[in-house]
Amino acid sequence: MSRRRLSRRQFVAATALSSAALISAPYLRAAGAAGKLAIGLWDHWVPGANKTSTNLVNEWAEKEKVEVSIDYITSQGNKNLVTIAAEAQAKSGHDILAMPTWWPHANSDQLEPVNDVMEPLIKQNGAVNGTVQYLGQLEGKWLGVPTCMGSQIKGPCSRIDLMKRYADIDVQEMYPAGSPPKADNWTTDTFLKAAEACHKGGYPFGIGLGETSDSVDTAGALFQSFGAELVNAKGDITVKTDAVRQALEYYKKLISVLPPDVAAWDDASNNKWLIAGKGAMILNPPSAWAVAKRDAPEIAAKCWTHGFPVGPKGRFAPFLPFFLALWSFSKNKSAAKSLLTQLSQPASIERLVKASGGYDLPAFEKLTTLKVWAEQEPPKGTLYHYPDPYHQQKLSIAASPAPPKIAQQIYAQATLTKMCLKYAQGEKMENTLAWAEDQCEGFMRT
Amino acid sequence: MVDVAVGRGSVKDLRRASAATRLRYALKRKSTVAFLMTLPLILLIAVLVIYPAFYAIHLATLNKSMTRFVGFGNFRFLFKRDTFWMVVEQSCIFAITAVIFKALIGFIVAHFAHNIPSGKQRKWRGMLLVPWVIPPAMSTLAWLWLFDPSYSAFNYTLGLFGIAPVSWLGEVGWARFSVILVNVWYGAPFFMIMYLASLKSVPDQLYEAAAIDGANWWQRIWYVTLPMMRNIIAITTLFSLIVTFANFDIVRILTSGGPLDQTHLFATWAFKIGIEGSDIPLGASISLFMAPILAIAAYFILRDVTKRGNEA
Repeated sequence: MSRRRLSRRQFVAATALSSAALISAPYLRAAGAAGKLAIGLWDHWVPGANKTSTNLVNEWAEKEKVEVSIDYITSQGNKNLVTIAAEAQAKSGHDILAMPTWWPHANSDQLEPVNDVMEPLIKQNGAVNGTVQYLGQLEGKWLGVPTCMGSQIKGPCSRIDLMKRYADIDVQEMYPAGSPPKADNWTTDTFLKAAEACHKGGYPFGIGLGETSDSVDTAGALFQSFGAELVNAKGDITVKTDAVRQALEYYKKLISVLPPDVAAWDDASNNKWLIAGKGAMILNPPSAWAVAKRDAPEIAAKCWTHGFPVGPKGRFAPFLPFFLALWSFSKNKSAAKSLLTQLSQPASIERLVKASGGYDLPAFEKLTTLKVWAEQEPPKGTLYHYPDPYHQQKLSIAASPAPPKIAQQIYAQATLTKMCLKYAQGEKMENTLAWAEDQCEGFMRT
Repeated sequence: MVDVAVGRGSVKDLRRASAATRLRYALKRKSTVAFLMTLPLILLIAVLVIYPAFYAIHLATLNKSMTRFVGFGNFRFLFKRDTFWMVVEQSCIFAITAVIFKALIGFIVAHFAHNIPSGKQRKWRGMLLVPWVIPPAMSTLAWLWLFDPSYSAFNYTLGLFGIAPVSWLGEVGWARFSVILVNVWYGAPFFMIMYLASLKSVPDQLYEAAAIDGANWWQRIWYVTLPMMRNIIAITTLFSLIVTFANFDIVRILTSGGPLDQTHLFATWAFKIGIEGSDIPLGASISLFMAPILAIAAYFILRDVTKRGNEA
């Protein structure tokens, strides 16, 4: 085999030519020049919503020359939670992963702080609500960027006709489309009386008492409206208080006018209850209304989403945010942060909210009055008050203000609904409280 | 002893040749071939079973935030929790009741199927196996609709006869009954097919001899069929006990462990604590607790099988 030898002159000439070519040639950036990014987003149940998020990511990727791959991970069967746990164990997987409510705190050790993304966003879009701060921040460190994709308020969705007929409440007048609510009389007492009246009329409120999120969220908001906390912000157990007793008494009365099988309800039961036309109210994001619009339009046309009743300690509504979190093992953090910023721009958020038919809720103060909620129908303005445009409610999550890692246990174990059920089924008040106290002691594990 | 003058290179060649011969012989041995053929499966088990099992043990020894070794701390914590003992009790009730009914129904149906003329038997066997071949997550969803809290098809049927609706999944007793019923429905065909195979292997001469001795139907079952099926009954029971004890999908889909945690099994409670509660070490400890209970059951059942094998 012959081998051509390179002379010293030829070598010098070739090197000089190559260097000159490299320096003088225009800087060409190919797709993927700025690296790769793997993203795991929540698989939206609204048809077409995933397409909008894909388009947003691809537009950014094209501009920034980043090669992206997106996986849509369903929350059916908690597949998203299993994925989070698996990636945390393997320390590998997506760069950015959508995490619901408690999971940024649960994985705080492995998340990249995103203060440099959040601080400019807050300046631009307004402050985030208290629940997002509670769930997304740890000792001043932002664990993720709140995303509108999948974030929701589980407020009352009432049947206009049934509430008027049986409870003598005009929900459209109380929460008029396009103007501030006139809900001073919408109290927990009024709520209970309305529940009793609708039950008597054969259309009970559809409020679950199972162990899934919808049941827990409603109990959480009502407990908070009585000032009832099982564990306070310092981490002290505060089960045996008058506020908790009051909340339990209230729930006992409420349970007596709910459907008899609510102990077995899951997150689909209340939706089915409304769509089948069996109840006057459920506490849910507008997913039930959206399905009714498709499957039972005559029911959807009579639905109105509005605010929670006010209790002795305030008006609380369950808010469940999703965060886009960046793993600390990500290899392309700068690109990831650029994408997180892009997805939280007002224009991007508006496109996402529109694609979700108004289901998705931004966490930022200035972005709760988008046109999309005012435009939804039937009836026109049915979702106007869904994002709480006048900030009349305190958005919260069940088991707060306990330290998030303890609160997550209270939430996951559905301690609140179990307490209510035990007490309503005849357990003595003090025994119920002692049981809850024992449960909370178990949640203090570190 | 014979001295042979050989060069250094020749010794090396001889050694190489003998190694090649040994390898050739080894490859020709049946045991080596068998080992090589099972090697992929051994590797698969090592990766998918042994590694996760040891990893679970490792996780169970860590604290909640997985930063510190706590030894048996998680187990000590569990022993102090009432819910844990409730789950132990429920798992035992669920597994034992379900296995007894599966075995009983399987045994009866196997006898019926055995007595069907062979031409039609194949069709019946196929039909009876349907519950077992449908993925349980799918069939349980169908059961969920039948038991649905508000729209139960069972309640609709009961209503036609003027019977009040039953809260199948909302009352503790009915909820336990429902999850056991679905498990029996799903698992009985497995017993049926195993027992059917076993029944076919019982020699007809034994029944003929028993008939000559004047044995009635019950005596034929008690003195001929059952002793001949003892080993298969024991093995099937053990296998089913393990699978039923570790059940997840049926309870998860039907009740999620409710109402008031009273239908939780080890697997569903471990998922609740480990994944939904982000306490993976405690979840791992709960799921590991199944192992000693099943090991004790396996020891007694297999000891019995071995004893009978030796007697034979």
